[in-house]
Amino acid sequence: MSYLLTATCAVPAAGAVLTAALPAGSSEARRRASKGVALAVSAATLALTGAVAASLDTGGARYQLTESHTWIRSFGIDFSLGADGIGAVLALLTAVLVPIVMLASWHDADPVRNPDGTFENVRRTQGFFALVLAVEAMVLVSFLATDIFVFYVFFEAMLIPMYFLIGGFGDRAGGPDSAAQRSYAAVKFLLYNLLGGLVMLAAVIGLYVLAQDQGLATFDLPTLTGAIADGKLVIDPTAEKLLFLGFFFAFAVKAPLWPLHTWLPNAMGESTAGTAVLITAVVDKVGTFAMLRFCLGLFPDASRTFGPYILVLSLIGIVYGALLAVGQKDIKRLVAYASISHFGFIIMGIFAFTSQGQSGATLYMVNHGISTAAWMLVAGFLISRRGSRLIADFGGVQKVAPVLAGTFLIGGLATLSLPGLAPFVSEFLVLVGTFAKYPVAGIIATFGIVLAALYALLLYQRTMTGPVKAGVEGMADLRLREVLVVAPLVALTLFLGVYPKPLTDLVNPAVNATLSQIHQTDPAPAHPVAATTGGEHE
Amino acid sequence: MNSLIPLLVAAPLAGAALLLLGGRYLDRLGHWLGTLAAALSFVLGVLLFSDMLGRPTGQRAVHQHLFSWIPVNGFRADVSFQLDQLSVTFVLLITGVGTLIHLYSVGYMAHDERRRRFFGYLNLFLAAMLLLVLADNYLLLYVGWEGVGLASYLLIGFWQHKPSAATAAKKAFIVNRVGDMGLSIAIMLMFTEFGSFAFGPVLGGARQASEGKLTAIALLLLLAACGKSAQVPLQSWLGDAMEGPTPVSALIHAATMVTAGVYLITRSGAIFNLAPDAQTAVVVVGTVTLLFGAIVGCAKDDIKKALAGSTMSQIGYMVLAAGLGPIGYAFAIMHLVTHGFFKAGLFLGAGSVMHGMDDEVNMRHYGGLRKYMPITFVTFGLGYLAIIGFPGLSGFFSKDKIIEAAFAKGGTEGWILGLCALVGAAVTAFYMTRVMLLTFFGEKRWQPSARTGEEPHPHESPATMTLPMILLAFGSVFAGGLFALNSSFLHWLEPVTGHSEGDSPLQPLTVTLLTTVCMLAGVGLAYLMYGRSPVPVTAPVGSPLTRAARRDLLQDDFNHAVLVRPGAGLTASLVYLDSKAVDGLVNGLAATIGGISGRLRRIQTGFARSYALSMFGGALLLAATTLLMRSV
Repeated sequence: MSYLLTATCAVPAAGAVLTAALPAGSSEARRRASKGVALAVSAATLALTGAVAASLDTGGARYQLTESHTWIRSFGIDFSLGADGIGAVLALLTAVLVPIVMLASWHDADPVRNPDGTFENVRRTQGFFALVLAVEAMVLVSFLATDIFVFYVFFEAMLIPMYFLIGGFGDRAGGPDSAAQRSYAAVKFLLYNLLGGLVMLAAVIGLYVLAQDQGLATFDLPTLTGAIADGKLVIDPTAEKLLFLGFFFAFAVKAPLWPLHTWLPNAMGESTAGTAVLITAVVDKVGTFAMLRFCLGLFPDASRTFGPYILVLSLIGIVYGALLAVGQKDIKRLVAYASISHFGFIIMGIFAFTSQGQSGATLYMVNHGISTAAWMLVAGFLISRRGSRLIADFGGVQKVAPVLAGTFLIGGLATLSLPGLAPFVSEFLVLVGTFAKYPVAGIIATFGIVLAALYALLLYQRTMTGPVKAGVEGMADLRLREVLVVAPLVALTLFLGVYPKPLTDLVNPAVNATLSQIHQTDPAPAHPVAATTGGEHE
Repeated sequence: MNSLIPLLVAAPLAGAALLLLGGRYLDRLGHWLGTLAAALSFVLGVLLFSDMLGRPTGQRAVHQHLFSWIPVNGFRADVSFQLDQLSVTFVLLITGVGTLIHLYSVGYMAHDERRRRFFGYLNLFLAAMLLLVLADNYLLLYVGWEGVGLASYLLIGFWQHKPSAATAAKKAFIVNRVGDMGLSIAIMLMFTEFGSFAFGPVLGGARQASEGKLTAIALLLLLAACGKSAQVPLQSWLGDAMEGPTPVSALIHAATMVTAGVYLITRSGAIFNLAPDAQTAVVVVGTVTLLFGAIVGCAKDDIKKALAGSTMSQIGYMVLAAGLGPIGYAFAIMHLVTHGFFKAGLFLGAGSVMHGMDDEVNMRHYGGLRKYMPITFVTFGLGYLAIIGFPGLSGFFSKDKIIEAAFAKGGTEGWILGLCALVGAAVTAFYMTRVMLLTFFGEKRWQPSARTGEEPHPHESPATMTLPMILLAFGSVFAGGLFALNSSFLHWLEPVTGHSEGDSPLQPLTVTLLTTVCMLAGVGLAYLMYGRSPVPVTAPVGSPLTRAARRDLLQDDFNHAVLVRPGAGLTASLVYLDSKAVDGLVNGLAATIGGISGRLRRIQTGFARSYALSMFGGALLLAATTLLMRSV
């Protein structure tokens, strides 16, 4: 049994404890030490996740590198992990983004210096970086867990560090009541997600009880899905629908799916840009990932029953999120609503039940993570320079800070899925995968690409072009640290736009396995044409 | 030899990357580097062209597969190129005119501090445009299609500090996105119909699909073409796009990018040929636009906007020809190429005039410039004669062929289309003569420049600018005759586009005579109005039609009333509703379930923090107990 997956999750967890335990950061040197430790740990985690992705055999078993450690024997709960292509690329996304977020947030958690030279709350720095590592560890377990109970525990537990990250660290750009706003946002985040989690807990227990009645006292996902597929575990249709809804509700809150989205703009608006990226690019992905892995695998019939309804909700989310993004006055809330639109695409891709839709949805999770991180983090740099999040406070930035403006434009172009950049690949796959089964939904969703151009380019026009506004004149261009944050994101966006094959190779087998669990196949073309007439001239 | 095809795209792409990432070190030489990249691409294009000429007709099309791009089961997108007679024609036009305009920009942009970036964007444009015409499948074409849109966006908005430029750039991109939606859905439909979106399988297998599906695909492609080629109803962005520097207007918004819609329709001929209803839509769009653009061109006092109206109108001719099917495809492309020469030349001439007139664009403030700018006058004049279809010059041959083809459509339809095209020819002659007279003839009407407060001192432009104008003038004069000689251009393209003579009610000579008479009538009317009496410096109020034409026939008023204002209202009310209704509803639902709403309001009590902490403690406790249970 390999311990690679345990190590991947344990390293950031241990790093979180270590960072938190370092001596308090009253001096710059101590603060730097704790940041350095956290960054090094996240780099080590990245190396481990890379090793996981590299060691997957794309023609091999569904779950690989599996390991299982007995946890609560009386309930059949094992700490079991296993990686498939979908989980592995999302773990990789997480591990790539965390060091970048840390570097971007380098000074966001520095303690406030009092007039007398002392510091308020000297443990802030350690706290922030330890919490980020804690989130990373829990997210990684969620992507790699093959035990439903283990998944549930970490899915819920990550709310705690996230709550403190949202509530404890703002971007210093809010108004006088920003502390109250922030704590409102944190509580809203917590309560929405707790409620979702509670419903899921009931469903988890319900599933266990049902399985136990039929002699399967286990939370092991492969065992249960296998038993369901073979007919060894029979769930009554009504019970299956209820259980599906219990799981789905929790994931739909986290993803978030319209109309359960309203916590996201608050949480992303009030927290630091780094935390906002953690929310939308990493934590929320656990929700969409879990729909794909748990809802579909465990409840195939209910998935098919509810699929069209969920498709409608996701379609509303696509158009609704984009329209609201157009109407926002606050840069970070705009990004949040854009994300809601994008989550609509992801969920639509999952429930279209085609391989293009689901591979596209998985790539979408990765690409949205990368592109939104670029867009949001540059927005964060912009906001911290001006001390305001309001679009109306900016104008003409490209004149004084051309590199900042240029990278912000690239982030916006990635968000509007410009062909050649990574998000185009995934968005088109989702659209074509949906269109193949639900042409009308595919066509309506395509309106989203016009709206995306509208909100992304409006934001750029209003903040970056035109005459230089008061308050923007002396704005500094990106510093070296900030360039180091943006450069890998831009490079990845370009690379995965031109050559996404390494990802599709990893993801396709897992998607095909998922589709066969729910007994779905891709619709055949109406008039298939032998593909020998073109493009085969090597 | 085929391995050179990717280099066509790679050369300008590498140039763009170097120029945009290279930093200030490249400021001094960047413009030459960019020009060199364009020239290299042109040389490669010529090599590939001569290689193709050396092969028999049946073996001229070649493919070059680079790598598998997006493989997901049945969905296979490849980065793969196809070079045939149609694409090599475009390659030569794009890189040839492109190189000349790079050269021109060296002089035109000499005083711009961001010249390096300008050349980076121009190179990016070339790479995207070459990708568009070289792709062997619709999805890769789409990458080039939006890539040129991006370059166009960046270059229209090049002077971003001007709010009007930033607005025009955004408008162009968004209107184009509406068209791109059409291309997007067309590709999806191809995939579900044929299981592929590569040219070979789709165009080869088109016959198997139902006419309804083919009509749908064709109409969607037409929507895409309308966006890119500024055809009614997606024409509104082109006039505003003149905010970009003039070399951009010449290269992107006259000679190459805006003609991509014609390429798309011609390339997809196999689909359109089987969808007669869609073809009718194409000819209607083309005919309406050719008249629309011509009318707008008559009323504009801004020299670039007058030329933009003309571009719209000339592309209308091409779209009309492409809609005629095999009767017209080759002539659409022929007019596209000759138009590429003379319209690029006209725009460069306009740029040269502006260069000498302190960036003045109002033709009512020009006058008598022929004495001060002789080279510009002669080259612009030759372009003028070419576009109005003066016998013997390029436009004469290509436009005449389109009008003949329109009549050859046959029946009432043929008469309507042919007569509209004739009227268009007359109006073209009118507005171009107007431009010519206002700019180069008559009295001086120069006004003090807004920038310097002094009267301009017009002068001839430097050699880097005049040389491209002279070379393009050669093209404007001779290209058409060369193409028409022994129908060489037609025979060149025939293997790709097919050809049929149609069924014309008129003799070719009759059409030519009618066209010439119409042209002379237009010239004469313009001379009567603008050549014989002094031109007022401020525009007279004009007839209602003139006033409407000045406002681009109310296109923006229409879009504002129908789309922008209701859209803004919709988003504003949704923003309000989201915070009130949706949030309130969900919170209210939660309240009925768990009384959470009340707790949400008590956020200041710190209760949530202690709640979270106790939960965390509970989780720890749980973990500890389970560990203990294990050891027992």
